[in-house]
Amino acid sequence: MKVLNLEGTEDTPKIILDKENGVFEISGRSLPEDSAEFFNPVLEWLEEYKDSANGETVFNFKLEYFNTASSKLILDILSKLEAVEGTKVVWYFHEDDEDMEEAGEEFSDLVEVPFEFETY
Amino acid sequence: MKYIYDLHKTMLDKDLILVYEGEFTQEITKSVLSMAERNMDAYGEESSTKRKVFNVMVECLQNISKHAEKFEENSMTKNNAIFMIGKKDHAYFITSGNAVMNNDVAVISSKLEEINGLDKDGLKELYKSVIKNGKLSEKGGAGLGFIDMAKKSGQKLRFDFEPIDESLTFFSLKTTVPRKK
Repeated sequence: MKVLNLEGTEDTPKIILDKENGVFEISGRSLPEDSAEFFNPVLEWLEEYKDSANGETVFNFKLEYFNTASSKLILDILSKLEAVEGTKVVWYFHEDDEDMEEAGEEFSDLVEVPFEFETY
Repeated sequence: MKYIYDLHKTMLDKDLILVYEGEFTQEITKSVLSMAERNMDAYGEESSTKRKVFNVMVECLQNISKHAEKFEENSMTKNNAIFMIGKKDHAYFITSGNAVMNNDVAVISSKLEEINGLDKDGLKELYKSVIKNGKLSEKGGAGLGFIDMAKKSGQKLRFDFEPIDESLTFFSLKTTVPRKK
């Protein structure tokens, strides 16, 4: 599968989805003007990936900030991951960022995917 | 030109550190955010306070750029609205004012009343139910902005409506973010 690699900007996150090297990560800030359009390639990529997924998929969310429109799309991404066997989400948050920790807990309540929490 | 001095004095008097009036776009949102961030960095603001202010600002600015109605027919700019940040010893104030359709006033105010009636856990549940069952609007909003502002600030949202004319109303909104000491 093709690698999806997007450089981060001041209002969009850095994204790497690389099946071959087993790297799945979204990091940085997410407040795009049109979040549905921005995240569409990620959802399409995962749709294709789920049919030929690796035995284990560790999906890292290392977000510093995301707006509410992005949160809706993050839930869509997590919902896609529900269909991928052997998936684990690692939710990173800054050690003094209770809001980001809480956001991860809320997402983990909403989907059937195992979550691990890590500070950085 | 005394109004310049008056405006300056008003800003000092009301503890305003940033005022922006005019058109609201994504580019302007980014610029206002980075100005406010630099401002808070210069004060050596606590990172948790900075993050909360940033959160509330983004929702507020993107609300305006998505929903504000144009109300000055002769104006060259679109989405004429105002955005301000005030800073006192104990808190930051994020305020906005923009025109909305008269027809939308009841919906906006009942949403805000509902949010203000909830405690922390209630807000959490409302957030989860809207994110799970809601759809992105045509304008790309998730219907979560006000809920998020209340959650992140931990304070009630203050709001007010002033009639402009037979079709429009001016909507003011104020969110308080306490400063961590």
